[in-house]
Amino acid sequence: MKSWFRHPFARAMAALALVLLLGFIFNADGAFFKWGTHSDMYRAISVYGILACGMTMVIIIGGIDLGVGSILGLSAVLFSLLAIRQGWPPWMAIPATLMAGAVCGLAAGGLIARFRVQPFIATLAMMVFARGLAKWISGGQKISTVIQKANGDFMNVPVPAVFDQLGAKILHGNLAVVTVIFLISIMVCWIILTKLRWGRFMYAIGGNEEAARLSGIPVWAMKLLAYGLSGLFCAVAGICQAAQELQGDPEAGVSYELTAIAIVVIGGTSLAGGRGGIGLTLLGALTIGYLEKILSINAVGEAARLMLTGVIIVGAVLFQRMRK
Amino acid sequence: MPCLEANSNSIPPAAEMPLVEMSGIGKTFAGVRVLEDVRFELSPGEVHVLAGENGAGKSTLMKILCGVYPDYEGEIRLAGRPVRFKSPHDAFRHGIAVIHQEIALIPDLSVVDNIFLGREPVRRGGWLDRSGQRTKAREILDQLGLDLDERQPAGDFSVAIRQMIGIAKALTFAAEVIIMDEPTATLNGPEAERLFTLIARLKAQGRGIIYISHKMEEIYRLGDRATVLRDGRFINTARLPDLPEEEFIRWLVGRKLDQQFPPRRASPGATRLEVTGFPLPNPAGSRNNVGAGVTFRVAAGEILGFAGLQGSGNSELFHGLFGACGDEVGDSVMLDGRPFRSVSPAYSLRHGVALLTNDRKGNGLVPALSTARNITLAALKKFSPRGWLRPKSEQEAAATQRDALNIRVASLDQEVGELSGGNQQKVVLAKWLETAPKVLLLDEPTRGVDIGAKHEIYELMNRLTATGISILLITSEMPELLALADRILVMHRGRIVAEFDRTVATPEKIAHAAMGE
Repeated sequence: MKSWFRHPFARAMAALALVLLLGFIFNADGAFFKWGTHSDMYRAISVYGILACGMTMVIIIGGIDLGVGSILGLSAVLFSLLAIRQGWPPWMAIPATLMAGAVCGLAAGGLIARFRVQPFIATLAMMVFARGLAKWISGGQKISTVIQKANGDFMNVPVPAVFDQLGAKILHGNLAVVTVIFLISIMVCWIILTKLRWGRFMYAIGGNEEAARLSGIPVWAMKLLAYGLSGLFCAVAGICQAAQELQGDPEAGVSYELTAIAIVVIGGTSLAGGRGGIGLTLLGALTIGYLEKILSINAVGEAARLMLTGVIIVGAVLFQRMRK
Repeated sequence: MPCLEANSNSIPPAAEMPLVEMSGIGKTFAGVRVLEDVRFELSPGEVHVLAGENGAGKSTLMKILCGVYPDYEGEIRLAGRPVRFKSPHDAFRHGIAVIHQEIALIPDLSVVDNIFLGREPVRRGGWLDRSGQRTKAREILDQLGLDLDERQPAGDFSVAIRQMIGIAKALTFAAEVIIMDEPTATLNGPEAERLFTLIARLKAQGRGIIYISHKMEEIYRLGDRATVLRDGRFINTARLPDLPEEEFIRWLVGRKLDQQFPPRRASPGATRLEVTGFPLPNPAGSRNNVGAGVTFRVAAGEILGFAGLQGSGNSELFHGLFGACGDEVGDSVMLDGRPFRSVSPAYSLRHGVALLTNDRKGNGLVPALSTARNITLAALKKFSPRGWLRPKSEQEAAATQRDALNIRVASLDQEVGELSGGNQQKVVLAKWLETAPKVLLLDEPTRGVDIGAKHEIYELMNRLTATGISILLITSEMPELLALADRILVMHRGRIVAEFDRTVATPEKIAHAAMGE
């Protein structure tokens, strides 16, 4: 293989190109060549992509975050409760939800950084806990604009404008707002990981934690930061999810953590930590998104789709690992 | 040279047919000759000490004997029959067992399961013969005088007992030759005594034991004969009772101190670091407050050498001073007349104390980061005002260090994991120099570094001390210590037991002091 292929970005591009090639071949009578197909895929992958942004930092620092799906669900419920039931204006409801997500991430990060609980265990606990909390504050019900009154009647409250705004499409319906939010998340992570000292510290900790510690790097503070940011991105994703569904579903985001991890890994970020980047995660999100889309426009049944996705994820990762 | 006279003596004849005879053994690694015409012989019922400095070729020779390196020159005879082992398993089946320093037992498995691990006796149909195993294990443990419950997990026992379980494991295969590589390195006095009793028993059973150790006391106590290697060559074999200790030490360290070291012109200035009763941290992280602690002082521009055997406390002292163990130690350290609190690496680096550890892969480098990023890692605040990185000034600083230390890289963006050992070590040094230290703690700075790079590191140390930096140096290479250090402190069991000025220090004096004599 040529030397360019050793660069992880080139390999992630190659994986994406391969999937796109599949799309060209199995284009479902030209459906693949319509912009609508693409913009729809971008919208569908955006929530997963936002989760994958935080996940990228956590994985680079040498950890894993299994709690992202549950924190998303909790955030969606909380945001709906505040914006619909409590009638909070968006400038209060959004920061409150973001704060809650960040606190969840920080709690898991604190267990990991301070008490040396394994990331898998700490975030697994957070995954269960946050799901429970989401069900508790919602009473197990979807929080929507339909409200049951004390006498058993149902009443409809108007959808808060912020839901419509976040769930909308801009540029004449060509680009979803959530996709824009996803791209902004990517930008934020890119700045943190490549432009700030924090990012360098994260790579160093993931690459060799003991060497980082002996180099005077505040290891536990950086871990808190990574997991806290991951929680924050979960809240962003949860708000987007609620806006798209016009409700806060306590069951939202179940198994999303696995998709988020798959996106990061398919991009080529190493699960061992210390190697990878947010650009790779963007490519990974596109790869997974297109894969799903191509299978669905070709009307591949769900059973076959899941099996094929599993096979292709392994294939893509092996393909990336190929050397010389 | 005394060793040449000694060389002309013939090997004292063994009483009977030797168990092992190795002759004309040679081995080359990547073009480097590590063993040249080495011979070795082991008789039944003998404890034969294999001695030599680090890098003398002891472990290579033993790895050849136990099948790890099947590719060598020369001949091995086992009870008179020529053999050539293809793998460790092959050697094991011929009755050669190795007891490593760190016994590889699986802590959660029972003693029996560990003893039979990998070669479990089975009954017809592939069923484990558990009762048979237990009977056999019991028999061997009794034979070794080990009174323990063989069903208990191996992890429940002390290192000493685990080592003996390792020996029991070796004996289940009727091992005739047992290689022990520094078995007492991790044992305390009474534990070592149990091991010595066991060795006496094995001897009485007619088994041959190859014993590797740096401790003079036990060498003379246990050994029947000793073979000394140096720089991959056979120096001599002699019966230990007839071998004066002075002669033995000269065989071990007897290299002429040549001009491989640049001349050292020390100009020590005012006192830089003053350590009074500093408690040594123990490996578990908590402080070991026995004794009065360690007391010494270092002047600006001075190189203070630390000698001592494995486990003497040198490295622990360095880690403790640097704050790598995290506890506060009160006012036992003064730096330039002000109290210095060894609380954390970050604190130490801020105050101008840096530690180069003896394990650059384990905790010195971040292999996945580029050379430039490793160099700037510990001083990154300098290159990121208000948190924003300045890649250009990073590159410039890294390039300056590269030129000053003569680090050979294709590009500063090259991952540091791809560099050679010597260049990696220079990168770690550059990282610490970038923090502008006043005191450099160097723990084995030339470990795994080739001769050329070593020389450059020596010259660098001279240049640094000329600018007033104080260096504390641990090295297990005696010539290096004698050539570089202005003063030498010798540690033994966590205490400083001797101090020598460079003008009076000799390898013999240091070796004696390091063994606690």
